[in-house]
Amino acid sequence: MGNRVYTRREFIKTLSVAAATGAAFSSLSSCTKEAREEFLQKRFVEMTDAEKKGVIARLEEKYLRAYGKQFQISTQGARPKTLWGYGLDLSRCIGCRRCVYACVKENNQSRYDPQLQWIRVIRLKKGSLINLEDSEHYYNPQEVPEPGFTYQPVQCQHCENPPCVKVCPVKATWKEPDGIVVVDYNWCIGCRYCMAACPYKGRVFNWADPKLPPEEANTAVHYLGNRPRYRNVVEKCTFCIQRVRSGRYPACVEACPTGSRKFGNLLDENSEIRYIIQHKRVFRMKEDLNTEPKFYYFFAT
Amino acid sequence: MEAWRFFKQTLVLVAKGRPVYYAWCALLLLVMGIGLWFYLKQMETGLIVTSMRDQVSWGLYIANFTYLVGVAAAAVLLVIPAYIYHFDPIKEIVVLGELFAASSIVMALLFVFVDLGRPDRFWHLIPGVGILAFPESLLAWDVIVLNGYLVLNVVVPVYILVNSYYEKEPIQSFVVPLILLSIPWAVGIHTVTAFLYNGLAARPFWNASILAPRFLASAFCSGPSMIIIIFQVIRWVSNIKITNEALFKMAELIAYAMFLNIFLLGAEVFKEFYSNTIHLAPLLYLYEGLHGHTALVPWMWLSLAFNITAFLLFLIPRTRQRLATLNIGAFLIIVGVWIEKGPGFVAPGFIPDPLGEIYEYFPNFTELAISLGIWACGLFVFTLFMKVALPIVRGDFIHSKYTKSISN
Amino acid sequence: MRRILMVSLCAVLVAFCLDLYAKSKQEDFPVPRPPFSEGIFPCSSCHAGMETNAKRRVLKDEHKNIVLKHAAEQRWCLDCHDAQNRDKLRLANGDHVDFEHSYELCGQCHGNIYRDWKAGIHGKRTGYFEGGQRMYMLCVNCHNPHDPAFKPLKPEHPPHRPLQKGPAHGK
Repeated sequence: MGNRVYTRREFIKTLSVAAATGAAFSSLSSCTKEAREEFLQKRFVEMTDAEKKGVIARLEEKYLRAYGKQFQISTQGARPKTLWGYGLDLSRCIGCRRCVYACVKENNQSRYDPQLQWIRVIRLKKGSLINLEDSEHYYNPQEVPEPGFTYQPVQCQHCENPPCVKVCPVKATWKEPDGIVVVDYNWCIGCRYCMAACPYKGRVFNWADPKLPPEEANTAVHYLGNRPRYRNVVEKCTFCIQRVRSGRYPACVEACPTGSRKFGNLLDENSEIRYIIQHKRVFRMKEDLNTEPKFYYFFAT
Repeated sequence: MEAWRFFKQTLVLVAKGRPVYYAWCALLLLVMGIGLWFYLKQMETGLIVTSMRDQVSWGLYIANFTYLVGVAAAAVLLVIPAYIYHFDPIKEIVVLGELFAASSIVMALLFVFVDLGRPDRFWHLIPGVGILAFPESLLAWDVIVLNGYLVLNVVVPVYILVNSYYEKEPIQSFVVPLILLSIPWAVGIHTVTAFLYNGLAARPFWNASILAPRFLASAFCSGPSMIIIIFQVIRWVSNIKITNEALFKMAELIAYAMFLNIFLLGAEVFKEFYSNTIHLAPLLYLYEGLHGHTALVPWMWLSLAFNITAFLLFLIPRTRQRLATLNIGAFLIIVGVWIEKGPGFVAPGFIPDPLGEIYEYFPNFTELAISLGIWACGLFVFTLFMKVALPIVRGDFIHSKYTKSISN
Repeated sequence: MRRILMVSLCAVLVAFCLDLYAKSKQEDFPVPRPPFSEGIFPCSSCHAGMETNAKRRVLKDEHKNIVLKHAAEQRWCLDCHDAQNRDKLRLANGDHVDFEHSYELCGQCHGNIYRDWKAGIHGKRTGYFEGGQRMYMLCVNCHNPHDPAFKPLKPEHPPHRPLQKGPAHGK
């Protein structure tokens, strides 16, 4: 009786040890150096300059393989004395969605399965601007604007008190010194707590591998902005960080056919956005939530 | 080492059993296998294989997680009578309740794991190695308190059981403080989980102070109801002495908790329906439907009916003290609270979404398969725990008997 | 005699400076080329040799496609287009401006809009807001001066529904 027990126990023990060793061995050997480096990568803010260079080089090589194009990944930091602000003229938005697709083109979003759009234009009935419950997201008339309706584009509001930053368990999202709320796509664990916390539905999720046709890829990218992302990480509007830090207007500002979109440095007295706040009646969405968004809606006429 | 020898013995215990034990384990392993297969598909393709989308970004996994954290907290309902009030019928079986709590926590942690988009980056959560955003993020708090509770509920029962195996007295000054610690800790895990939802100003349905009390009230219904049923199964399978008195006492405590739960629901309903602001929308969606979307309405009314019925069954001594009605009540509570705390809590937080869109989330087969796989995993872990613990509690599995059999 | 000469020289200098100052108050904005129809500019290539008929009428021979829907009761073509030099526009006080400065003409009546446009909050700007070339769209880049009302556009496709699969239509 004792012997049989001994043998069976031995057998179970040997089997489990062998299985564990085999699994570990196979996973280690199938791990390339690149995959190991990517796995062990630190959070962007913690990296030294040398580490950042190494990461950029590795990523550029990876994108070259994946898309057949040479990407330029910038890590340009924030300029001093800068706080980016956005203005949106609700009296002029006609809901044409040109901004949505200009953003998609500039920022390398997944086109389908899933389709990611950082800007969502909602249609509201005239006379009821604040009640979003009656909004229509999927309007598709022959022509816009439709009589009796106004249109309000919504994207990440880059709050000064961002609730998404507060709740991230690994600090994968943070507010840069120039006010842009960014995500380190290599640090995000995909828990989607930030998406639950955002009152503006500013954040979207890559539910599968992003489908980005190589011929449509934009190669002028920023590490924290529009570089091609991964499966199961979150992303959102970055105020076109790759453009504004060099002084260029964001893609949506340039795309709008009615000139409803305005952008500038809130700390510069002569900027367009300061002029708007000074001379026009501005409001921000859901101000009672105290998130202090930097996205100002106004009526120019 | 003694511990190692003890462990090797437990492997023997776990490997042998009656045919019903093998059948049960085989069934659980089958369900776990199916769940694992679907999970591998989810890992390969991405979370797009679920029904979750940007509009409803948390679904069945987090619903089950919320429910199970509550169930785990319920072990405290055994600990309090046993150690604070020295209610002897329960004292003998506290260890089993704590192992039950540990299994629940294992399930809860597994549900969080399968919900993560990038589980390969799990190490980012480990403080020191990665970055844990403590104390800003409530999820960071949850990671700490849940793992701490798991450790507590494994260390204490294992310590007590190992000592029973060696027929030694556990050192009271070591074990009693830990047991007493587990009482506020149990309240803590469910409060932190409630705060995780509560702190989100973006979701008016969750941003209510009533959330933490309501969570605790419903937790103290669901967990002990499961324990009532499980203990009867244990009694049937292993002849351990679990008196009916213990079960009836638990049912009485559940009745009080359920009263509180229903009262708090009433308070919520009054506030939303009477004030009639825009924030009524999620509650209206649950009980009446919103703009023609009524998928959850029958479920919520069913859950309410179950809860009230069970409350009455447990309140009235005649029905409480009869096993048949006791079991019906327990079953009604398990299902009723699951509906109320799972889909009936997570989904309306996202419906309508912050921009007013309504996406009616309904879990698909992949999510169901993975969820059932995790439930099977938890039951399997609990079965293995019991396979070792019950012989020890019964006095069959002790060191002196083992050494005797070896020397023969 | 010498004193009179000195005074008149100073007066001329002052007048010149004032004139320069007046001209410099007309700010210059970086604008793209005006959106002329194909081959229509310079207008003087046809109009240089033509007689000017200043009678207010509906044109029958040329420019028949232009139907004025812009204060048509109050004005007609030659109130904005200079009668003598068709390559220029005519301000209310008789001054001439290039087509590149047409915003000054519009700004005469649309003062608030002009003020907003100069500050950059009416209309569109592209390019760099700092450290590079900024481009201000002219009024006429978006508004046809003869029929300025903004025409409705066909909207781009709505977003995919949550569970919708596959590529977008036509893309």
